[in-house]
Amino acid sequence: MLIMRHELLLIAITVILLLIEIFLPHDKKHKIILPAILLMALVTAAGFIPGPTGVLFGGMYGTSALILLMKNILNIGVLIVFIQSVSWLKLDDQKEKISEFFILLLSTLIGMDYMISSGDFLMFYLGLELATIPIATLAAFERYKEKSAEAGVKLIFMSALSSGILLYGLSMIYGTTGTVYFPEVAATFQSTPLQILAFIFFFAGMAFKISLVPFHLWAADVYEGAPINVTSYLSVISKGAAVFIFTIILYTVFAKIALMWRDVIYVIAILTMTMGNLFAMRQRNIKRFLAFSSIAQAGFILLGIIGQSQLGMTTVIYFVLIYIFSNLGAFGVATIISNKTGKESIDDYDGFYRTNPMLSLTMMLALFSLAGIPPIAGFFGKFFLFAAAAKQGLYILVLIAVLNTIVSLYYYLLIIKAMFLNRSDQPIGYFKSDGYTRLGLAICIAGILIIGFASPVYEFILKLSYGIY
Amino acid sequence: MQFIPISYYLIFCSVLFCIGVIGVLIKRNALLILMSVELMINSINLLLAAFSTYLNDPAGQIFVFFIMVVAAAEVAIGLAIIVVIYRTTHSIDIDVLNKLKW
Repeated sequence: MLIMRHELLLIAITVILLLIEIFLPHDKKHKIILPAILLMALVTAAGFIPGPTGVLFGGMYGTSALILLMKNILNIGVLIVFIQSVSWLKLDDQKEKISEFFILLLSTLIGMDYMISSGDFLMFYLGLELATIPIATLAAFERYKEKSAEAGVKLIFMSALSSGILLYGLSMIYGTTGTVYFPEVAATFQSTPLQILAFIFFFAGMAFKISLVPFHLWAADVYEGAPINVTSYLSVISKGAAVFIFTIILYTVFAKIALMWRDVIYVIAILTMTMGNLFAMRQRNIKRFLAFSSIAQAGFILLGIIGQSQLGMTTVIYFVLIYIFSNLGAFGVATIISNKTGKESIDDYDGFYRTNPMLSLTMMLALFSLAGIPPIAGFFGKFFLFAAAAKQGLYILVLIAVLNTIVSLYYYLLIIKAMFLNRSDQPIGYFKSDGYTRLGLAICIAGILIIGFASPVYEFILKLSYGIY
Repeated sequence: MQFIPISYYLIFCSVLFCIGVIGVLIKRNALLILMSVELMINSINLLLAAFSTYLNDPAGQIFVFFIMVVAAAEVAIGLAIIVVIYRTTHSIDIDVLNKLKW
């Protein structure tokens, strides 16, 4: 019972929110915002209380200290998304659908938690689908806008196709090993041709979910069309969760063919970083820009996975933790601008510093962190990723990654230049952001600064990730 | 008793799966795309059931039940969103979905 506490708590608050929703009168739906955020904060805090870990249901479900940490990281991210989305939910279009947003988001989080702690492919598949299907409805949330509905339909088709491909791989893994449990699959995996084919299908399915390069084109479309808060959720939390389970499965189940997937990831990492960066450069829409930048970031994460050791696992988690804070910071500023003024083009950001200095500074900090400028957290995240890859002797890959970092610096600085240096006849006017937005941005800034300057965080993760590989 | 060899199932399911994937890629009608996705899923179900009988292990058949449930949920959401699209554009041809382009 206590082993599964993260999921049970989330299910409990989902049910509570459903009950509140039933008893709220039609025109007072906004009253659910405060209880939703408070309950989520409570669950996030409760997640840090140490408790038992272990295996349930004959190995279908298992947690360890490391997996609990991953769930806590996701909880923090979702809490920030909740706080940031208040200004959007209070708009007239969403007034009647506020509670649906929270409930759907929570159910995807439950799916991700089950996915991360799955011990066999059935649990993994169910968690993956629970984490994906509600997001399609969230992407189509502003259903009277054509773009939003289009994003929803694209997301559901892509996720159906990718989970079909993934399942085909899983069925062949089952057929050749005779079991769906992770440890037994790992023990009987022999890299026969059929098993390698199965692995390729599995890899392609997961690459769709993480939006790695040959399978990334849906991401930009969906990210642009979906409401901006859903985009931030999609690009941070669901990507983070998929990366976690992908790393775990590669390290534990497919450990025997590590030499093979190392080469695959080597090529895909280079492609993802380069393509993401090149496409990000020519975007003028801030959501699309952040979408391609997050594709490029996924390429950097692969460098940690290729590190293939305790260090690799640590760096992946550490990077995702930093990435959550910095990307949500950038999205938070873009959200408030979009909600207050409806402007989503980078050209509109000209002269933003003159009218809204605090928001500009927040955006600058978040973008510096994404780019990896030294004193800020993002630098250490990238540095450790590169170190993990360099330890395996992959110096050419690290060199390409460093070059890509420089390229990414160019387009991140373009936005900063627009805000601070460019002059504009009609800059975005001054507006006062509400308390929730400020709280969300403050958490992001605190995260970026604290994780950057406090080495215990990294050492803590390093200690926990011992033994996963 | 004479059994159908497992390799026949593998070939048949692979062909069915390919037809489904090709359908998803070339069809322009949203409903037909959903049907092609169903074809993919069903070929996987058949393969799992075949492996399960071949291996004398029930796990595969249990997997099939869960896949059916999930596929139904997926299609329900897909159809709901297609209805939304139809209300705004009066078409379910996915070529009208071109508002988002790079």
